[in-house]
Amino acid sequence: MNLFKLSWKYLTFRPLSTGLNVFLLALGLAIITVLLLIQDQFEKKMNQDAAGIDLVVGAKGSPLQLILSGVYHIDFPTGNIPMDEAQKLSRNRLVKNIIPMALGDNYQGFRIVGTNHDYPTLYEAKLQSGELWTTPFEVVLGAEVAVKSRYKVGDEFLGSHGISVGSHEHDGNKFKVVGVLERKGNVLDRLILTSVESIWYTHDEVAELEAADSTANQEEQHVERVAIKGFPITTVPRDLTTLLIQYRNPMAAIQLPRLINSGTSMQAASPSFEMSRLFELLGVGITLLQGLAVVIIGISGLGIFIALYNSLKERKYDLAILRAIGASRGQLLLLIFLEGLMLTFLGAILGILLGHTFLSVIISQNEQGVIGSLQPWIFLKQELWIVVYALVVGVLASVIPAFAAYQTSIAKQLTKA
Amino acid sequence: MLFESRGLKYSHPGQQTLAFPDITLQPGESMLVLGKSGSGKTTMLNLLAGLLKPDAGEVKLDGQNLASMKGQELDLFRGKEIGIVFQSPHLLAALNVKENLQMAHFFGKKKGKEIEQLLTELGLGSKAKSSVLTLSEGEAQRVSIARALANNPKLILADEPTSSLDDENTEKVLELLKTQAAKIGAALIIVTHDRRVRAHVPNFVEVKAA
Repeated sequence: MNLFKLSWKYLTFRPLSTGLNVFLLALGLAIITVLLLIQDQFEKKMNQDAAGIDLVVGAKGSPLQLILSGVYHIDFPTGNIPMDEAQKLSRNRLVKNIIPMALGDNYQGFRIVGTNHDYPTLYEAKLQSGELWTTPFEVVLGAEVAVKSRYKVGDEFLGSHGISVGSHEHDGNKFKVVGVLERKGNVLDRLILTSVESIWYTHDEVAELEAADSTANQEEQHVERVAIKGFPITTVPRDLTTLLIQYRNPMAAIQLPRLINSGTSMQAASPSFEMSRLFELLGVGITLLQGLAVVIIGISGLGIFIALYNSLKERKYDLAILRAIGASRGQLLLLIFLEGLMLTFLGAILGILLGHTFLSVIISQNEQGVIGSLQPWIFLKQELWIVVYALVVGVLASVIPAFAAYQTSIAKQLTKA
Repeated sequence: MLFESRGLKYSHPGQQTLAFPDITLQPGESMLVLGKSGSGKTTMLNLLAGLLKPDAGEVKLDGQNLASMKGQELDLFRGKEIGIVFQSPHLLAALNVKENLQMAHFFGKKKGKEIEQLLTELGLGSKAKSSVLTLSEGEAQRVSIARALANNPKLILADEPTSSLDDENTEKVLELLKTQAAKIGAALIIVTHDRRVRAHVPNFVEVKAA
């Protein structure tokens, strides 16, 4: 028997009070854990997905929406832009590289992105199996899509119009899987990549009608090789959705956005600027949630104080007995502090586990968004501070009860009894 | 001389000073402290146990003066050398029978009697792992005696140990205290107003209210 065991015995002797106090503290700490995990991973993911993209160009509208749809694929595109205007922009001396993108289709909520081979190269993507697309309707699946759809190289599927689940299927043209990307923990994991031409032909009403009349061999209707670099070749006016631009030099950061925004029908938005604006906006919400968590922790600290103080009233005779059998005042002080610390330590461990569990539930409900790519069971160094923070609450909640125990007059208590 | 208290005086705040009779005891000897309710018997026991500091006089156990000890030294000495049996057994409800006795070993920092052996000697062998809440009054009082004996103390102080017991249990408890004290060579002082005890312990002193 020792003080640890004795403290533990006292705590387990009041399971309801102990359990409720631990749970209340754990709730507050779970909120902080979730916020820490999301903040840390979300920011890293966002920065990782936008790495190498200096400017995003699309139809006029909300710049944040343009970034969210064009870079992170989590919002609706602002509209289409004419390809000839995009090609004109690509010839500007300030532009080092331009990646065209055509959006608008999905497969069970996973977005189908029409682009060229520069897009997977931008993220240094590697193929897990197969090869990149070279003809229309060939697709490469992101790792997450491959896992969820269970498709492999050679399988075929129909895409749906729009970018959300439940929209009508394009039953004229089937996409054929020619490759699967390795998991990189970035936006590509959740995308289906194909050529811009595939998106055009899918939406081409004439092409769809033709495909409906002759279903014998759909792929052969578009036999030309697709553009693997630069823009696709077309004889009719075509639209794109988004352009991802890399600057040639720092001067471009000053001149190019202004040039596009004032001199064309398109809109330019900088991912770094828009994301810092977004984090600023999110920061208000995060601060509010952190405030709420601190209030919950404060309440639970008060709860622990009340529980210890009340139990002390009931245990004054116990404490006197302990003194009578040789316990020093310091040992009684330590006994109460240990109870407070054990309560809060348990609360911290439960809170951290609850936080990770909450996050894994949130992730399982949002598999196709940015949240879906977060890792719920990564433990951060900052979580150790949660334990320290909880222990500080434990010490503060125990101070008054511990000193009351320290002051226990043995003779007075024993005489009273 | 194993135990000796001389010239003890104590005054509760705002009350008259109480003067207590002297006691000297050899190993294995017993003494009753008799007195009416409110005469100061429990105060005397608290002075003898070092739980209260006397205004005058001294309490010596095995040559050491309790009044000259302070804080932790006195707490540890009490844990090691003095076993106290209270009027109500008041065992720690959060612990089982064995753990209640282990607390005496822990705080007394003394490896005293083997707990199982002690419990068997006191007829509680089968109750070692029982919750103290399940014990009868007589059993609970025997456990509190076992707790007082756990460190083989040199002085056993018992405060009204039989006041709530029937005749049969009173007999048992008194026999137990006397035989165990004799066995370990401890001095035994029983504070009581229970006249039934006189038949078992002939030596007595009387505390009279001022």
